[in-house]
Amino acid sequence: MLVYLLRRLLYVCPVAIGVSAICFMLVHVAPGDPLTAIMAVDATAQEQEAMRAAYGLDKPLPTQYVIWLGKAVQGDLGKSIASGRPVAGEVIGAVQNSLVLAFAASLIAFPLGIFLGFLAGYFRDSWIDRAVTTVAIAGVSLPNYWLGIVLVIIFSVTLGWLPAMGAGDGAWMWDFTHLSHIILPAITLSVVPIGIVARTMRALVGEIYSMDFVQALYAKGLHRGDVLRHVVRNAAPTGLSVMGIQLGYLLGGSILIETVFNWPGTGFLLSNAIFQRDLPLLQGTILVLALFFVLVNLTVDVAQAIIDPRIKRS
Amino acid sequence: MLKKFVRAAALAAAIPLAAMVMGAQNANAGGTLRIGMTAADIPLTTGQTDQGGEGQRFMGYTVYDSLIEWDLANADKPSGLVPGLATEWKVDGADQTKWTFKIREGVTFHDGSKFTASDVVWNLDKLLKPDAEQYDQRQSAQGKSRIPAVASYKAIDDTTLEIITKTPDATLPYQLSWIVISSKANWEAKGKSWDEVAKAPSGTGPWKLTSFVPRERAELVPNPDYWDKTRMPKLDKLVLIPLPEPNARSAALMSGQVDWIEAPAPDTIPAIKGAGYEIVSNAYPHNWTWHLSRLPDSPWNDIRVRKAANLAIDRDGMKELLGGLMIPAKGFFPPSSQWFGKPTFEVKYDLPAAQALMKEAGYGPDKHLKVKALISPSGSGQMLPLPMNEYIQQSLAEIWIDVDFVVVEWNQMINLWRAGAADAGVQGAQSINFTYFIQDPFTGLIRHLACDLKAPNGTNWGAYCDPDMEELFKQIKTTFDPAAQDEVMRKTHEKFVNDALFLMVTHDVAPRAMSKKVKGFVQAQNWFQNFSSITME
Repeated sequence: MLVYLLRRLLYVCPVAIGVSAICFMLVHVAPGDPLTAIMAVDATAQEQEAMRAAYGLDKPLPTQYVIWLGKAVQGDLGKSIASGRPVAGEVIGAVQNSLVLAFAASLIAFPLGIFLGFLAGYFRDSWIDRAVTTVAIAGVSLPNYWLGIVLVIIFSVTLGWLPAMGAGDGAWMWDFTHLSHIILPAITLSVVPIGIVARTMRALVGEIYSMDFVQALYAKGLHRGDVLRHVVRNAAPTGLSVMGIQLGYLLGGSILIETVFNWPGTGFLLSNAIFQRDLPLLQGTILVLALFFVLVNLTVDVAQAIIDPRIKRS
Repeated sequence: MLKKFVRAAALAAAIPLAAMVMGAQNANAGGTLRIGMTAADIPLTTGQTDQGGEGQRFMGYTVYDSLIEWDLANADKPSGLVPGLATEWKVDGADQTKWTFKIREGVTFHDGSKFTASDVVWNLDKLLKPDAEQYDQRQSAQGKSRIPAVASYKAIDDTTLEIITKTPDATLPYQLSWIVISSKANWEAKGKSWDEVAKAPSGTGPWKLTSFVPRERAELVPNPDYWDKTRMPKLDKLVLIPLPEPNARSAALMSGQVDWIEAPAPDTIPAIKGAGYEIVSNAYPHNWTWHLSRLPDSPWNDIRVRKAANLAIDRDGMKELLGGLMIPAKGFFPPSSQWFGKPTFEVKYDLPAAQALMKEAGYGPDKHLKVKALISPSGSGQMLPLPMNEYIQQSLAEIWIDVDFVVVEWNQMINLWRAGAADAGVQGAQSINFTYFIQDPFTGLIRHLACDLKAPNGTNWGAYCDPDMEELFKQIKTTFDPAAQDEVMRKTHEKFVNDALFLMVTHDVAPRAMSKKVKGFVQAQNWFQNFSSITME
C-alpha cells in the first residue's frame, strides 16, 4: 500500500507542472493585457513599457515561466498584479471559503444522492424509480446559476428569510449568521452532484441486484438487510470514485454560483482574475486547485483500494 | 393527525426562519450606510486609487484630499473646482509655467501628523520620481498620467508650494484634482512599506478607513478632526462592498443587505422601484460615442457621412430601450455642461436630411457604404453596448451604411483603444465604441484629438489632426482666467459638434438605487460624490 501511495504521490509532480505550463501558455495566448487593471486608462506608451518591465512581462514567455515555476516550488506564487497582494494569501483565503461551501454542498448532495439512488435501484422500474430518475435528470439538466437566481428571488428578495450574497462578516465561523449565508449557495451547488450520484447509484444498485450472487445470497436464506450490506460493499468503490470527482469539482468552486452569490471563494477569485488578466493570480489559483483535485482523487483511490483489494492488485 | 403534523412542521420551520429574519434586521444598524459597488475589489487604499472613477469616488475623496477639489454640493449645475488642501493658487504673470499654491493651515492627517507643503512634494515624488524612497509603482501607474503638465515642484515654506509646468498650461488645477495626499509619517511608521500602509492608511479626508477585507468589504468612520466642518460626515459608518455582478447587486439591495447600489441593471429597475426603492440619477460628464478613424482610407473623413450618421439615430427610441436612463446626445458634452456652447449643427434624428447627405456623398440604395466598428460586449461605463450598437447598426442601415462589428472583450478593447486605429489588432475597424470621462479640459476634449497625442503616444485613437483645433487647444492651455478659459472650451466644443467629429449618441445618468432610509444625498453632476451629507433614517 505504501509503494502504491508513493507512486501516486509522484504522479502529482508532472500533473502540477503540466497544468501550470498549459495554464501559463493559455492565459498568454488570450488577448488582453494584465497591466490594464492597474494602469490609468490613458497611460502613455512609455508608461506602459516601464510598467511591463517592472513586472517582468517584457521577458520571453519561457523565461517568465521558468522564473514563476522556480518561485512556485519554494511556495512563492508571486503577487497579484491587480491587487498587489501575495497570491498565496489570496488563494488560501478563497480556498477556505470554497472548502466550507463544498463541505456544506457535499453534506446535502452525497447522502441525498446515495439515498435516492439506492431507493431507485432497489425499486427499479417502479413509480419510485421514475420519480427519482426525474429528479436526478432535472438536477443534472437545470442550469444551477439560474436555480441560484430563482432561490435568491424567492428566499432573499421576496421572503427576506436568507441573505442574498456574501459569506457573512469577518472570518468564517460555524454560527447561525454565517450558516444563513451558506444555505442558498450550498443548495444550489448540491443540485448537480445529487443528480449525478443518484443516477450512478441507481445504475449500480440495479445492476448488482440482478447479479447471480445476490440470488445466491437470498437462496442461502440471508435477510434483506444482510443482502443490502453485500450490495453496498460492491457499489462502494464506484460510488466513492464518482463522489470523489464531484468533491473535486465542488472544491474548485463554481464561477457562476460564487458570482451569483458573491461568495468569496476560488470561483469568484478566478472569475475576477480572468477578467483582469491577472496572470499570477490565475496561475496560482489554478495550480492550487489542480493539486487539490489530484489529492482528492488520490484519497479516493486509496479508499477504494482499502475497500476493494482487487484494485490495489491491478 | 395530519393537521397536527403539518402544524408542528410549520412551527419547526418557522422558528429558525424567524430567527434568520430577526438576524437580518439586527444587522441593519442605524447610522450605517452600506454601499454595493460595481468594483470587484476594494480600491487601492494607499492614496492614488485604482478601479477608475469608482475607486476615486469611494476610496480617494473619502479618505484623502487633493489640493484642489470638485464642488459636489449641488445637483442642479455642473461641478466646478474649489479649494481643497490649497486655499488659493495663481500663475506667475511673467512666467506662465510657474504656479504658486497657498497651503491650508491647521490640517492634520488621520495619524495626527501635521500637513504642510513638503507633504505635497513628498507625494509628487511618490508618483513621479522612480529613485525616491517612497516611489510606489502602483500609485504612480494611477497618478503619473493625470499630471502630464508637471515638470518640477518645491516647497517654499510650510504653507507655500511652487509647481513648474513643462509649458504654460492652464489645465493644471484640473490635473491636480486627481492627486490625493497620503501621510509621510504613517508610511514611516509602517516600516516604509506601502503594503503595510494599505492595511491602515492615513489621509486628511473626511473619512478614516478602519478595516477592510480584500474583495469583501471596507469600513470607514468619520474623521472628527476634519478641517472642513461643512463636509463633516453625519453617518456613523460607511461600508463599501464589492458587488460586480449586477443581479447580485440588485438582490443584495432588495434583500436588505445593502442600502445603496451603484449602476443597477436597467432591466431590474422596474422591480427595484416596485419594491419601494428609489432610483437617483443625474447628468454627469460622460458620453457614449463612436470614436471615428481619420486615417487616410477612412470613410469617416467625409463630413457629410459623419453628419448623416449623427442624424440617422433616433435617440429617443434608444432612451426607451434603456428604460429612460440616458440623456440623448446633442453634442460631445451633455447639454447641461458649462462647456456646451452654441453649436450650429443640431444633433437630432432627421432621416430625410441624413439620406440627402449620403446621396450627396455618393451613396444610396444601390451603393452602400460598408464600415467596420469595434465594440465590446460589456465594460466600465459602456452601458448596454450590444443592444445599443445593434440599434445603431439598424439606424445606419436606413442611410445605406452597412456596419460590420468586430467584437472584443473589454480588457482587449482598452488595449486596442490605446493602440489606435492604425494598429493591426483593430482588424481594419474605422470606429471604436468607447465611453469617455469628460470632466475637465484635458480628459474632455484635448486628449481625444490633439496631434501630439495620436495613438499609441496618446489616446487620439483616430489619428485626427487639425490646425484650427490645435490652436483652440493651445488657447485652452494658455487662458488662465477661468471664465475666459470656459469660453474657449465652449468654442472648442462647438467645433467638435459642427464638424461632427464623433458619432455622438448618448450620455449616461449614473443611476443609483437606494433604500428610502437614505436621506440627504445630493447627486452632483460629477463622477465623484459627497457622502458627508447623508444620514440614515
